Amino acid sequence: MWQALHTELGAEGLTVITVAIDDSLDAARPWVRLAGATHPSLVDTEHRFADLYHCVNVPTVLWVDEEGRIVRPQDVHYVSTEYASVTRFHPRKPIAALRAWVRGEAPAYEGSVAGDTKVPTETDQEARAAFAVAWWLHQHDRAEAAERWFVRAGELAPHDFTIRRGSMPIRGIDPAGPAFFQMVADWAAKGNAYYLPLPDTATSPDDFDVEPVEQFTMEQLQARIESQRDAADRAGHGD
Amino acid sequence: MTTWTVIDEQAVHTVEAGETLTVDPALLGWQRKPEGLCRDEVCIPVPAGVATGPMDAALLARLLGRPLVVDVAERVAAFGASAAERADALRSGLAPDFALPDVDGVVHRLSDYRGRKVVLYAYASW
Repeated sequence: MWQALHTELGAEGLTVITVAIDDSLDAARPWVRLAGATHPSLVDTEHRFADLYHCVNVPTVLWVDEEGRIVRPQDVHYVSTEYASVTRFHPRKPIAALRAWVRGEAPAYEGSVAGDTKVPTETDQEARAAFAVAWWLHQHDRAEAAERWFVRAGELAPHDFTIRRGSMPIRGIDPAGPAFFQMVADWAAKGNAYYLPLPDTATSPDDFDVEPVEQFTMEQLQARIESQRDAADRAGHGD
Repeated sequence: MTTWTVIDEQAVHTVEAGETLTVDPALLGWQRKPEGLCRDEVCIPVPAGVATGPMDAALLARLLGRPLVVDVAERVAAFGASAAERADALRSGLAPDFALPDVDGVVHRLSDYRGRKVVLYAYASW
């Protein structure tokens, strides 16, 4: 879907850059192949991008103008309707806003970019340092010590799912399995939101009336994730 | 002496120190001068009685406003980026530049795309 927007809006000056917050190029490659991506498809194994931009969950998007300025703060952004019935994020308004900005028909953001940009606390940055220690230990085959620091990083920044969920594959935990769903349920039970979207393009119920999405159950969702993994696996072996 | 691994954001250093980690501020880009620890035009005062050369890593982190995580048993430590520095950079409006590999290993910088409108989309296979 991002590839389609990159193609559609490329002549009007847009470049889509995707950043996979994954633990290896190999983990990201099948998905890039599956998407048929021709845009820059980067991989952030060390959480460099996540650190610089205080990215604590995916999928997120931010817009940068021709002068290299952030013109729309980082925001939750699902680009397809594929999981919309489960996530409750509809891409209708964000994509319309993107087209309008690229074509010069609307400003990138009506609010204050600086004011609405989320920034890290000292504890968040301590969590990143803990993640750095964990990552180094993991790369040097010291799995037990690495595990302690992955857990510690998640305790320091419990809202940072690039750490808590993103470290699951490294730690041998299924990131779309029971441990993940339990983590989200526990987080929600404490009154927290898994995503914190900006208000202007946030999904409203009428989006689903204007552009209906396919409805499916959690069982169907899990089957769908499995089938996508299989497809990515085949795409990854096809090169 | 004990060999430590010290991670400074993307740089990884080997440091010889004792049972307690000490780090020469120069390793992190700061020079010791009469005014304190200095980098470019900025100087941070150092408490009286702190000798020149390697200093206690926890003290150094505190002076620089940077988080420090130490695994004593594994002899590994990481200085993170200061939260204030990150917040200032993000609120300045200029998109922080970075260099990352694509899935074929080719490194791209965000600044390579100056002159284009850019959508930065973060996702993951998980």
